[in-house]
Amino acid sequence: MAEAMGFFTDTTICIGCKACEVACKNWNQLPAENGGVKKMSGDSYDNTQRLDGIHWRHVKFIEQFDGPYNGRWLMMSDVCKHCVQAGCLEVCPTGAIIRTAFDTVVIQSDVCNGCRACIAACPFGVIDVNPVAGTAQKCTLCYDRLEVGLEPACSKACPTDSIQFGSITELRARAQKRVDQLKAQGETRAQLYGDDPNGPLGGLNSFYLLVDKPEVYGLPVKPQLPSRNLAKSGTFSAASAAVLGLLALVGLRKQRMDDIGGGGASPN
Amino acid sequence: MSDTFFSGAPHWTWFIIPYFFIGGLAGGAYFLAAILEWFGQPAHRPVIRTGYRVAAVGAILSGAFLTIDLGRPLRFWHMLFQSENFPAIMFKAWSPISFGAWAILLFGLFSVLSALGAMSEEGRLNNRALRAVGGVMQGRGVAKLVAALGGLLGFFVAGYTGVLLSVTNRPIWADSPWLGALFLVSGASTGAATLILLAPRRGATPQSLDWLSSFDRSALVVELLVLVLFLVSLGSVNRVWLSFWGLLLLVGVVGVGIAAPLRLHGNAARAAKLVLIGGFLLRVATMLASEGIERYHMTAGT
Repeated sequence: MAEAMGFFTDTTICIGCKACEVACKNWNQLPAENGGVKKMSGDSYDNTQRLDGIHWRHVKFIEQFDGPYNGRWLMMSDVCKHCVQAGCLEVCPTGAIIRTAFDTVVIQSDVCNGCRACIAACPFGVIDVNPVAGTAQKCTLCYDRLEVGLEPACSKACPTDSIQFGSITELRARAQKRVDQLKAQGETRAQLYGDDPNGPLGGLNSFYLLVDKPEVYGLPVKPQLPSRNLAKSGTFSAASAAVLGLLALVGLRKQRMDDIGGGGASPN
Repeated sequence: MSDTFFSGAPHWTWFIIPYFFIGGLAGGAYFLAAILEWFGQPAHRPVIRTGYRVAAVGAILSGAFLTIDLGRPLRFWHMLFQSENFPAIMFKAWSPISFGAWAILLFGLFSVLSALGAMSEEGRLNNRALRAVGGVMQGRGVAKLVAALGGLLGFFVAGYTGVLLSVTNRPIWADSPWLGALFLVSGASTGAATLILLAPRRGATPQSLDWLSSFDRSALVVELLVLVLFLVSLGSVNRVWLSFWGLLLLVGVVGVGIAAPLRLHGNAARAAKLVLIGGFLLRVATMLASEGIERYHMTAGT
């Protein structure tokens, strides 16, 4: 496999311009919704609201204000995390979701049959159906651009380099340096999310620098694989099946004993 | 707060809910028929035949619902074979939706074979080829073998749907390991209820119906117990039930579907109808309560 590639997103320098959203939509030819008429959400400057089948980038706006003069904006360009252990890839029953040579996770639209298991499996709420295709879609980390040596459209368009593309090893080192710099400047809340290869999901190939708790940014604290529940859930089901089988047999035996004893069928 | 609240809803609604209900019911009915095939008396034949026919119709309907629900229904076979490498099998032992697709296919096969045997027994097959299959299925050894495999698959189909929901990252579903057991027990109780309602038309004896009613009551008690375990295991996630779905679970599932039938000793048919309503509402409440929760985020001003 070629070197693992991905994104490091430094949320502290995101200015909320949404150039990444536009570049993504443009390059990937993602359709507009609502006939191209944008509805205002009333939720800060966030009218995209979510990642889904036709929004593969989503700039989040989090307003933290304690009175008119004391507060801050948190902005974060969200995207598929390209998990090293990906829940979507794990459950996909058609084999449509694959890991590429760049260690990214891609849905092959011509194989997907729109069962939507991956949507429920993703701990980050990244995937949804593209209504035009009828299949589940998400960020491909611009697989087509990577193949010809180009960087993804979003990071190319990002005017502040909040979204940085590169080899994961190099990005991790760069990210750690940035955290140290911020801490030295007094921003003690600076932390990386998803950079640890020994952490949840084996690390995320799209990881973040945050300055608050992950849940403030709408990120799960400890994302997990869906298969964590399989053994326990299967065992409990099998046990309940055994109990029911036993009850059915006990009922038959009781009826037979009643017959032999001349009691006939039990009165009901 | 559970990490499951950050995930997105898969929109499994009005095709999947009936599929979960009918699939469970079909699996439960076949399982009971298989138990009688192995351990019952000749007087139980009408119930056995009804069970097989209910299972066959249910399995076919299940497959249809599941296919219609797909974004690209004509690609349903991508779940069974590798689309780019046909006829290589597509199978993931760790993904319930993958092994479940195979389970429904095989359960459908076994239940149709058994149903053909039942119809042949009743002399209802006019087609020569089907009569030949039905004739083979009437052999006791073959019937018992198919019943054993189909019975296990039946319970598998009834239970895997709940396991499938647990093997996600969705609120409620992935927050408890008891959903598979709950759906399985509900499949058994609704399967028995269907047989109580339909078997008399095929000449079921009072003895068979008594056995079904008594089994259904036991299954309802087990279902109540599993439901309690399910709710306890949800812990703090239980606050999602402070909604219409909680009311539906309490009144529709526990009240109408479990408590009322347990009190209706004298009227098996009415009790069976309530069990069916409760079984359907169980799927509605557990599915839609979770479907309504999406991608937790803090809005401006919170």
